[in-house]
Amino acid sequence: MTETAAIELRGVNKSFGAVHANKDIDLLVKKGTIHGIIGENGAGKSTLMSILYGFYQADSGSIHVDGVEVKISDSRQAIGLGIGMVHQHFMLVESFTVLENVILGAEGGARLADGTQRAREELYRLEQDYELKVDPDAIVGELAVGLQQRVEILKALFRGAEILILDEPTGVLTPSEADHLFKILNVLKDQGKTVLLITHKLREIMAITDEVSVMRRGEMVATRKTADTSMSELAELMVGRSVLLEVEKTPAQPKQTVLDVQNLRVTDSRGVRVVKDVSLQVKAGEIVGIAGVSGNGQSELLETLAGIRKADHGIITLAGNTLDLTKVSPDPAEIRGMGLGHVPEDRHRMGLINSFSEYENAILGYHQSEQYSNGWLLDRSAIKQEARDAIEKYDIRPPNPDLKTANFSGGNQQKIVLAREIERDPEVLLVGQPTRGVDIGAIEFIHKRLIELRDQGKGILLVSVELDEIRSLADRIIVMFDGAIVGEREPGADETELGLLMAGVEGERA
Amino acid sequence: MVTLRERVLAAMAVFALGICTLPTRGSADPAIVYSVGGKFDGSFNESALQGVKRFRQETSADVREFELERDAQSLQALRNFASRGHVPVVAIGFNQASAVEAAAREFPDAPFAIIDMVVDQPNVASYVFKEQEGAYLAGLLAAMATQTGTIGFVGGMDIPIVRRFLCGYKLGAAASRKDINVLSAMAGDTPAAFADPVRGAELARSQIAQGADVIIQAAGGTGIGVLQAVADAGALGIGTDSNQNGLHPGQILTSIRKRVDQAVYDSFKSSAEGTFKPGIRVLGLAEGGMDWVLDDNNDELITEPMKSAAGFATEAIASGKIQVHDVVSDGACPL
Amino acid sequence: MSAGQLPRWVDYGLIPLLNLAAAFLVSGLVVLLIGENPLEAVEILLWGSLGFGEGVGFTLFYATNFIFTGLAVAVAFHAGLFNIGGEGQAYVGGLGVALACLALDQYVPWWVTMPVAVIGAALMGAAWAFIPAWLQAKRGSHVVITTIMFNFIASSLMVYLLVNVMAKPGSMQPETRTFEEGGRLPFLNDLQSWFDFGTAPVNLSLIIALIACVLVWVVIWRTRLGYEIRSFGANATAAVYAGMLPVRIIIVTMLISGGLSGMMALNEIMGSQHRLLIEFVAGYGFVGIAVALMGRAHPVGIVLAAILFGMLYQGGAELSFEKPAITRDMIVVIQGLVILFAGALENLFRPALVRIFTPSRVPAVQAG
Repeated sequence: MTETAAIELRGVNKSFGAVHANKDIDLLVKKGTIHGIIGENGAGKSTLMSILYGFYQADSGSIHVDGVEVKISDSRQAIGLGIGMVHQHFMLVESFTVLENVILGAEGGARLADGTQRAREELYRLEQDYELKVDPDAIVGELAVGLQQRVEILKALFRGAEILILDEPTGVLTPSEADHLFKILNVLKDQGKTVLLITHKLREIMAITDEVSVMRRGEMVATRKTADTSMSELAELMVGRSVLLEVEKTPAQPKQTVLDVQNLRVTDSRGVRVVKDVSLQVKAGEIVGIAGVSGNGQSELLETLAGIRKADHGIITLAGNTLDLTKVSPDPAEIRGMGLGHVPEDRHRMGLINSFSEYENAILGYHQSEQYSNGWLLDRSAIKQEARDAIEKYDIRPPNPDLKTANFSGGNQQKIVLAREIERDPEVLLVGQPTRGVDIGAIEFIHKRLIELRDQGKGILLVSVELDEIRSLADRIIVMFDGAIVGEREPGADETELGLLMAGVEGERA
Repeated sequence: MVTLRERVLAAMAVFALGICTLPTRGSADPAIVYSVGGKFDGSFNESALQGVKRFRQETSADVREFELERDAQSLQALRNFASRGHVPVVAIGFNQASAVEAAAREFPDAPFAIIDMVVDQPNVASYVFKEQEGAYLAGLLAAMATQTGTIGFVGGMDIPIVRRFLCGYKLGAAASRKDINVLSAMAGDTPAAFADPVRGAELARSQIAQGADVIIQAAGGTGIGVLQAVADAGALGIGTDSNQNGLHPGQILTSIRKRVDQAVYDSFKSSAEGTFKPGIRVLGLAEGGMDWVLDDNNDELITEPMKSAAGFATEAIASGKIQVHDVVSDGACPL
Repeated sequence: MSAGQLPRWVDYGLIPLLNLAAAFLVSGLVVLLIGENPLEAVEILLWGSLGFGEGVGFTLFYATNFIFTGLAVAVAFHAGLFNIGGEGQAYVGGLGVALACLALDQYVPWWVTMPVAVIGAALMGAAWAFIPAWLQAKRGSHVVITTIMFNFIASSLMVYLLVNVMAKPGSMQPETRTFEEGGRLPFLNDLQSWFDFGTAPVNLSLIIALIACVLVWVVIWRTRLGYEIRSFGANATAAVYAGMLPVRIIIVTMLISGGLSGMMALNEIMGSQHRLLIEFVAGYGFVGIAVALMGRAHPVGIVLAAILFGMLYQGGAELSFEKPAITRDMIVVIQGLVILFAGALENLFRPALVRIFTPSRVPAVQAG
């Protein structure tokens, strides 16, 4: 490991109108290291990386690569300087093969065949050197997400990248895929490459980086050697105050069953059975967590229970009302009326209408309620009052009910949804991914609020792909794999054991 | 609404100068308002344009022209021309009838003319044509020329004027050959039906496939496609409105002309000479308003018996011995 | 999503003005190219459309048509539906108006016929939108395709009816008999005396159109139904999550849209032509799309855009009348440029203006 700087930024500033996204950023990334950049959503990480990759130009300041000051005005120049980027959303042509994707834009010569042959050899060498095994002739769209990411990395290396920027690379990966990615990054480091890892996950920083820089509100607030810092220190630096990473809670006091699901079967639009004979109960005053790798039927289970998706078979009893889903397909409004609140997994796609103002979103799903209408018309003053109450109670910022929800940060958007669903006093609350894309401060708030709701005697069914979240919130953990429940554990259960269940290794039908 | 009024007044003030410079009383040159099809429609309006051109060539007078973009403009255009002293103001097409009536009432001293419709006002000359008489001749000739005993008709839209043509065609064909089989098809139900040569060719090919070897077109621009398809297949076509014999020499049996050009020219000419007469002119074979064309291009196609049959029929119709039924009068074709 | 929020006067005032200016600038170049004076052309266009009572009357007459068809497109647009069947819906709406007028005109005064005609127009227009709506809601057949097909079916139906069933016997023209007084809406000239619209056929339909604007505004922005329509249009998944029924929203929205299109026939049939005739819609349904786009699917914007298009129609006619070199096809080019700049290139000046006007009060826009 040498001590020269692969990248150095000095006094970089970038504003978008009145928003000062990057303020006087200084950053030094040493050659041959894995350098983490951590910060909450909106801290300015992505803007900074976009400057480095030539998508944006800095308003002031300088960029040095290998000690030489450079101007990067587009991604082509960045590639020329040996900077490669793996985006959060892959830039791949799904109908092309791996090889075609890798050479895309770097075909080399008018005749495709020449370039292809050379590329194939080069690809083979890269795969050997970095343990990046992918079939060069596979169609990218048919590959698993983890493998697609490898193609992105190969693309960057093929173009001669010495410095690799990865933007939130584990967001889409299963735990084992993430582990494999870290292995690859370590190999890259050993081969002398420099890796810049952008993330908001503290565990990843601790697990793999050599140094870490923390950003907060557009400023670079600290750089630490990873070995010399701790998760709680980093969290505090990110948020600007001390943060409770563990959720404080008393043991649950479960009472009567409020949600009873019997033999639920669901088929998706492609005709694949995605929920297989799931039966479960949620009692008043407990949080039942559903753990599992994304895409194992949890989303469909939640949507079916909320009345959004049609079931083939199953009986649900909700707060005393029994619905035979084999015979009727309920609608979400009906289910809501029985006392069910639903915080959907994807607030942008489902939970909110981003082009609507905050107060209009505050009644989504409850707009037919008499309390918001005034004859034929909507009672806007009642709705706005409701929105203002929620803003106050949930500390939603900015406190402006007329602002479009698209202009709120992730955490505040989630609070808007949560306020709407909790404040209607449901018997059962379905919660999907409550803290995805939410900053640490808001996570703390949301977790606390869910525990409070439990302690008020409500039943909560929580789906999350963040195992830590499930473990810290749930009173019982149900693990789903391939559409079926494969086990139930106490929250204190061994993490490895849960991980194996989630991976479908230890099949024990509940 | 006061603000609107103020704004309008302001606008009027601003453009007062403009108003003054606009001609209020212009020359006594004639003016013509074409129907929505436009003067290059390859058919009816274009025939009127021929009359305009002829008048321009023969006199030094200029002719003001206006093409309607929509029927609502008609009254405005007619009034504008009348108020500027254009004499006469000619409106092409039956769609303008109510506008002509209104304008004629408003300018009782100005002469108006309308083609294809009767407007009963003391200062309006109305020119209408007996399309059925021309079509009768076409049917007669087609029935004599066919080898297969099947002849075709491709019309634009199923509207009275086209039906009248179809009925005359059938009557003429039946008059010369009792067992004649007449196929007919319409191109569509929108104005595009008169401007869709591809569709015309398609319909013609389909009729040829069913055995037709002489096909007449009554479909404006669509008819160009009919004649093309007929020529390609080696069959015979019949043109309408203007002389289309030259489009495919030797492949077009004849053309049935509707002399809109003549009507336009007449109204201009009589007006220039001070002999303009209001009233209804019904133009058929006798008046020269309809005729069939025999020229170098179809000389070899028209046999002596055909020539004499056509001559005999023309005479009989002109003298009233043959009454060609007008489908518009009672709605049904006797065949 | 736009990169920032602009002050309302910029968004709704300055941007449309700039777009319009650009359109006229390019049009001016075209006019210059054919050897006419562009300033004079603009003068004639403005004078022809606003300079005298009759010009104003015609401008408003055309605008009335555009308000109806523009509103129709806008309502569907709020539900994320692209109703391009305004042409056919208006055509069939004409049938509703004509049936009402033909049945009643000889027996009752116009103000008795009017409500029946309004209902007839709306019902027939809505009925014509119903089948495409149903196919979209239940079968997923795209309304863009089905409504355009229904335009053709409407043409065929109307030609058939007008030629075979409803035509005045012995007439050359495929049209019904002319309505008596009881089947004619009064011209604005007959209703008031302080402004003279000359012979322009602007009539009571204009007032009905303005009432329709207010009603559309109330329904879309102030009722539960409107909330559902907008929700469904902005985010269909969220609407389903919220318990809204897509089938119901699609059908109800299309019925409203079709009804508004159908009411355009009031202006043409009962207000101006006083008879039902073929092809009376003449493209107003399609221009309604441009009007809705330009008016940002908001009734106020639609009224302004409708007046603009009314001016282009009326002023354009005057222009091609005064300047024979500027043919009616040139006028279509100018109208096309306005649609292009005001509708399609709506974002031409936006980025620059966002940079100039980004206000400091906007909170942290996603800068991560």
